Amino acid sequence: MTTLLMRVIPLPLRSAQRAKYVFERNVMVYRRGWMVIFSGIFEPLFYLFSIGVGLGGYIGDVTGPGGELVSYTAFVAPALLASSAMNGAVFESTMNIFFKMKYQKTYDAMLSTPIGVPDIAVGEISWSLVRGALYAASFMIVMAGLGYVESWWGLLAVPAAVLIGFAFGAVGMACSTFMRSWQDFDYVTVVTLPLFLFSATFYPLSVYPPVVQQLTRFSPLYHSVELIRALTFGVFDWSLVGHIAVLIGMGALGTMVVGRRLHRLLLT
Amino acid sequence: MNTSLRMYERSARVYKGVWRGSVFSSFVNPFLYLIAMGMFLGSLVDEQTGGVAGVSYLEFLAPGLLAATAMQTGAGDSAWPVLAGIKWQRTYPAALASPLTTRDLVIGHLAWVATRVALVSVIYVLVAAALGAMPLIDGLLAVIPAVLTGLAFAGFVTWFSATLEDGIGLTNLFRFGIMPLFLFSGTFFEISQLPDWMEPIAYLTPLWHGVELTRSVALGTEPPFGLLVHASILIALIIIGAAMAVRQFRKRLYV
Amino acid sequence: MSDALVTAHDLTKRFGDFTAVDSIDFEVQQGEAFGFLGPNGAGKSSTMRMIGAVSPITSGSLSVLGLDPATQGPELRSRIGVVPQEDSLDVELTVAENLMIYGRYFGLARSVIRPRIEELLDFVQLNGKRDEKVDKLSGGMKRRLTIARSLINQPELLILDEPTTGLDPQARHVLWDRLYRLKQDGVTLIVTTHYMDEAEQLCDRLVVMDQAQIVAEGAPADLIVQHSTREVLEMRFPPGTQEENIAQLSGLAERMEILPDRVLLYTPDADATSTEAHARGIRPVAQVSRRSSLEDVFLKLTGRSLVE
Repeated sequence: MTTLLMRVIPLPLRSAQRAKYVFERNVMVYRRGWMVIFSGIFEPLFYLFSIGVGLGGYIGDVTGPGGELVSYTAFVAPALLASSAMNGAVFESTMNIFFKMKYQKTYDAMLSTPIGVPDIAVGEISWSLVRGALYAASFMIVMAGLGYVESWWGLLAVPAAVLIGFAFGAVGMACSTFMRSWQDFDYVTVVTLPLFLFSATFYPLSVYPPVVQQLTRFSPLYHSVELIRALTFGVFDWSLVGHIAVLIGMGALGTMVVGRRLHRLLLT
Repeated sequence: MNTSLRMYERSARVYKGVWRGSVFSSFVNPFLYLIAMGMFLGSLVDEQTGGVAGVSYLEFLAPGLLAATAMQTGAGDSAWPVLAGIKWQRTYPAALASPLTTRDLVIGHLAWVATRVALVSVIYVLVAAALGAMPLIDGLLAVIPAVLTGLAFAGFVTWFSATLEDGIGLTNLFRFGIMPLFLFSGTFFEISQLPDWMEPIAYLTPLWHGVELTRSVALGTEPPFGLLVHASILIALIIIGAAMAVRQFRKRLYV
Repeated sequence: MSDALVTAHDLTKRFGDFTAVDSIDFEVQQGEAFGFLGPNGAGKSSTMRMIGAVSPITSGSLSVLGLDPATQGPELRSRIGVVPQEDSLDVELTVAENLMIYGRYFGLARSVIRPRIEELLDFVQLNGKRDEKVDKLSGGMKRRLTIARSLINQPELLILDEPTTGLDPQARHVLWDRLYRLKQDGVTLIVTTHYMDEAEQLCDRLVVMDQAQIVAEGAPADLIVQHSTREVLEMRFPPGTQEENIAQLSGLAERMEILPDRVLLYTPDADATSTEAHARGIRPVAQVSRRSSLEDVFLKLTGRSLVE
């Protein structure tokens, strides 16, 4: 683990002391478009009230992570938090990065100054993490206000959502370095929507036949949903370590690919 | 009318070039919802309630999703493509240099949207019927109210897009308009599930009328206010939306 | 070591099998305006990117401001200004904000950048557009803003890649005027262009590049004297008759270039050549006599036109 980390992390962190200017640029751009950020908070809340509360009225209680019965709304809320962390990170890291790289040439402009590729990678990833934390925190406040957070461990759901954002953001950014045109972005929803709908988001895994249950373990969103659900209900077991490892692995792999690809794309 | 056919033809030709990208969003996405929510989540609903509105949850959801998909197709095709036609690709100003009028542009565009919605709806019904979520004949009949629903949105969204300078307004339209309608207009649950004060608000949303009409045709039931009332409301919305779109096109494109 | 600002020796850049720059040598002196003239794809932009320390060299040696681009990239880039071929402005930000954030990339304090913004907007005549979004600017204004941006760190060396491509004639002249002033202020300029008039107007010295190599080097006037005659007589013939006319032209000029739509006669005195041609009974539908230009130098050296 340590050697793997040492191999991955030095590349971005070694010489990224100018990453803060990349971050600063994003703050400057979004200061004008803060509505865009603010409005992103609403989508998971809409789903919470519609599926969680409205549809949940038919369902009543379901089996929670600890085996006990929990209200459907409390069951679905953490899954919506995990999904929105994924969606936010994927959108930011594919569309926006692609636009800046291919159309606006923002990175070319940055690289003609003392800023280097590691600064860009670290700056962009930390921006998306801060953004994700903001979304997660506001969603948690609503959840807690409505009484759907069963445990003080639920506070950890915010850093967990940031980890999810990091994992999907890094992989998304890596993928966007391979994209050729806007048409390719249609494939992003081809991946994210099935993940959103089938990763034990809206119902317990037990609804599936056994084969499908096994298949679901390959979904990275499934691990995200289970992680946050365990935290909001305060139910822990060893599977949590597995979920966290999957997410860290995704993030590390994505970051590694991004570092290499950006070098190849921007510094040739 | 003949001249608006040319606008229709242009849209059809463009679509032939890019249809692959839209396959997923307009054909596959609704099934993913139908399977995840209708079948899997539906099994939980049926277990608890024994069905919704007298039928299984899957049968309840299928026509609702049909209307919601029609809305999304009608709105989506009238959002970015229209703004692009006015501002980015400027195909509309170019078309107006020919004998075409703004009225031809709007009618041609809406006729094209109707075709798209019908196409998406028919394919949806065929697959839903194969999954046992809808009876085939009644389902195909329900394509008619679905097309009306799509057009009711297409007119207004065309008008709205024609008032914009950039895509931010459209992002907000979908975030604060189309998405909440999708989630709260009776697609996934009866609006009696909503808090009492919200119910009358649902009556005001065009999608609710579309969902009720589509569902009653598909299930062979009587909708809350009667078939005629819901249908008239949708048709009135189409006419008003189209008229507003023509007016806005005239204002925007003849300068 | 000479006191040159940029020294390249055997400089080579390869992308896989493709050689973009093929062992070129050049030196740029302090305070001069140095040009790379050549058609698209000649290797000019690749050379510029190597000088700007964003593209590693394949072989040879390159020193910029006495620094090694491979190991001292950030320091090097902090002392130069770059105007890229394609504008890379932040379209979501205003004119002033673009300058502010670009200055921040250099690590400059806001209080240092603020007065520079006013100065630079004055310099490129954009002060009226200070709070305008970049989206709303014309092509020429965007180009000027890009130049202002490249000056935010008060560079010792300014690199401009095709600075006026795509601009209308008036916007080009405004831009050239700004570049003269920079030169007067002692900024060293390196310019690439495929416009011979731009090269003649701006550059003290230039190299002509073609197919990854340098084919000539010198001051524009010297290059013309060296590689062309004083004047050129251009003749256009009725369609289909160019060949029969060419046969009659032989011996009239020192050199003759045959283009698809016209014939160029290189001669010390175009008027005299014209009189002589008429005496031979040659009747072109149109003819022009003019001074030789860099375009003619390029044609002579490579057998092709600069702008196709």
